[in-house]
Amino acid sequence: MLKQIEGSRAVAEAVALCRPEVICAYPITPQTHIVENLGQMVKAGEVTNCEFINVESEFAALSVAIGASATGARAYTATASQGLLFMAEAVYNTSGLGLPIVMTIGNRAIGAPINIWNDQQDSMSMRDAGWIQLYAETNQEAVDLHIQAVRLAEELSVPVMVCVDGFILTHAYERVDIPSQVQVDDFVPPYEPRQVLDPAQPVTIGAMVGPEAFTEVRYLAHYRQMQALWLIPELAEEFAEQFGRPSGGLLHPYRSEDADTLVIALGSVNGTIKDVVDGLRDEGVSIGSVSITSFRPFPAKRLRETIRQAKRVVVIEKSLAVGIGGIVSTDVRMALAGAGLPVHTVVAGLGGRAITQASLRETLLKAHRDVLEPLTFLDLRHDVIHREIERLETQRRSGPVAENILRELGSVADHIG
Amino acid sequence: MFQLRIHGRGGQGVVTAAEMLSVAGFLEGKHTQAFPSFGSERMGAPVMAFCRIDDKEIRLREPVMAPDALIIQDTTLLHQVNLFEGLSERGCLLINSTRNMSELGLDDFFTAHPAIGVMAVPASQLALEHVGRPLPNAALLGGFAAMTGIIQFASVAAAIEEKFKGKVATSNIAAARAAFAMVDSALQGAAASC
Repeated sequence: MLKQIEGSRAVAEAVALCRPEVICAYPITPQTHIVENLGQMVKAGEVTNCEFINVESEFAALSVAIGASATGARAYTATASQGLLFMAEAVYNTSGLGLPIVMTIGNRAIGAPINIWNDQQDSMSMRDAGWIQLYAETNQEAVDLHIQAVRLAEELSVPVMVCVDGFILTHAYERVDIPSQVQVDDFVPPYEPRQVLDPAQPVTIGAMVGPEAFTEVRYLAHYRQMQALWLIPELAEEFAEQFGRPSGGLLHPYRSEDADTLVIALGSVNGTIKDVVDGLRDEGVSIGSVSITSFRPFPAKRLRETIRQAKRVVVIEKSLAVGIGGIVSTDVRMALAGAGLPVHTVVAGLGGRAITQASLRETLLKAHRDVLEPLTFLDLRHDVIHREIERLETQRRSGPVAENILRELGSVADHIG
Repeated sequence: MFQLRIHGRGGQGVVTAAEMLSVAGFLEGKHTQAFPSFGSERMGAPVMAFCRIDDKEIRLREPVMAPDALIIQDTTLLHQVNLFEGLSERGCLLINSTRNMSELGLDDFFTAHPAIGVMAVPASQLALEHVGRPLPNAALLGGFAAMTGIIQFASVAAAIEEKFKGKVATSNIAAARAAFAMVDSALQGAAASC
């Protein structure tokens, strides 16, 4: 059914349709509306056979989900930013134990400096934690990815994070087709766990494993994610057949077949990128884009095939590996090793800075003319950093950087972007 | 694609207004997108929200930089925030005020930008009258429908009904209808071309 609703509401409805049995809720912006909506739905009796548990922290949220999942329940939670960091130990435990929990990340920056706005540093910090990570481009895809994620997680016994850009998607009202319960029931069968804590048939889950077997257990975690490289496209294909629209998969190429310059990005910024690509194509620039949906497992082979004819690659990324540059670009470079293509990293949209068509266009044109530096920061205010660097160099007690810069900028309420 | 930016202060229903307009457009079969710019989540702080309306899928996620129309919910922002940034030279401006443009100190602006259409509607007063609280958002949407013709009043009313329940819905619709009538009669039924 077509609806005009907030992204968070759409995600909550999708999760409810997947018949979760335990939902662990702890609020953190910009994810809060998702669990709030689910709480209302459970209370109103719209989600049956489901326990909605208000926990005391994010660490508890995922720990309770782990316990629930180990008893054979379909468990769900959602978080963002510092909340994900606070549950970090449990994040690794979930995948290490092979528990197929689905968790929504309302992507948000990580402090300090404290910042509630969107970037993808939070989920990127957990990229090696053994969870599958899927990134939604639109709210429709956020809905569809949650439905696919439950199936994917349970078939492989691997947890899945569905990453949804905070505010840009979670708080956006747009058109979303919410499937019927019958459709979702046809796609997501009841959970059949590989391991269950059951007093009638006691087992231990979570044994201590020494050097004799730790590598093997970790290898098998990697093996299961490699299996996801074929299962993800297979589920996307089945989903398209049953629901009548393409959604999910490993990646989405856009006007890429004959493109000299290829832009790679994760999540909602791909919409803006497509508009910029269309504009540049109209001017005769040979450019296309690739939206990576599955960041873990990383679709290296599929990316190589998609990029074969390109002359250069530009990765737009909403996170920063301080001391090296891009996180996504590192994986892209590894996937393209030996291809001899220049890979440019453009760090953009940190802490909610708007990624505008105008700035993207200018940067992509520079890349196309081969005059873009290997690492750039979109719309970086050079005057501001130069003044602060000068202060650092001339004064020993230069004070806190964030506060210095804010003082210099004055009121921030007077500009739009 | 039609792009609107709404300026107001936290607590005035700025974000809700953009959401309701997006629902109204959706009800007419259009593709619409509404989203907020949370400068600060505080009562009284300057807040912006955006709405795009188009006949095809909207992919663009940047804030509305070059609006076709602006709704100003709070005139105390006029000389604090760069409200008119990017506004189309042939754009529409709807202001919540009982005062005229001279009294608001905007004569110079309109002399410099003569093709921008402007209307003031006492939305807070209408809301006080009908809703009992000075929340101008619904009334301004009524005025917006009359001023621009981008959306039918019936769709605005249906969107308000979707967002609110019972008396809150009916009273907000009444405020919106009153604003629609005021702007409509001032323009004598001819919507501005923005």
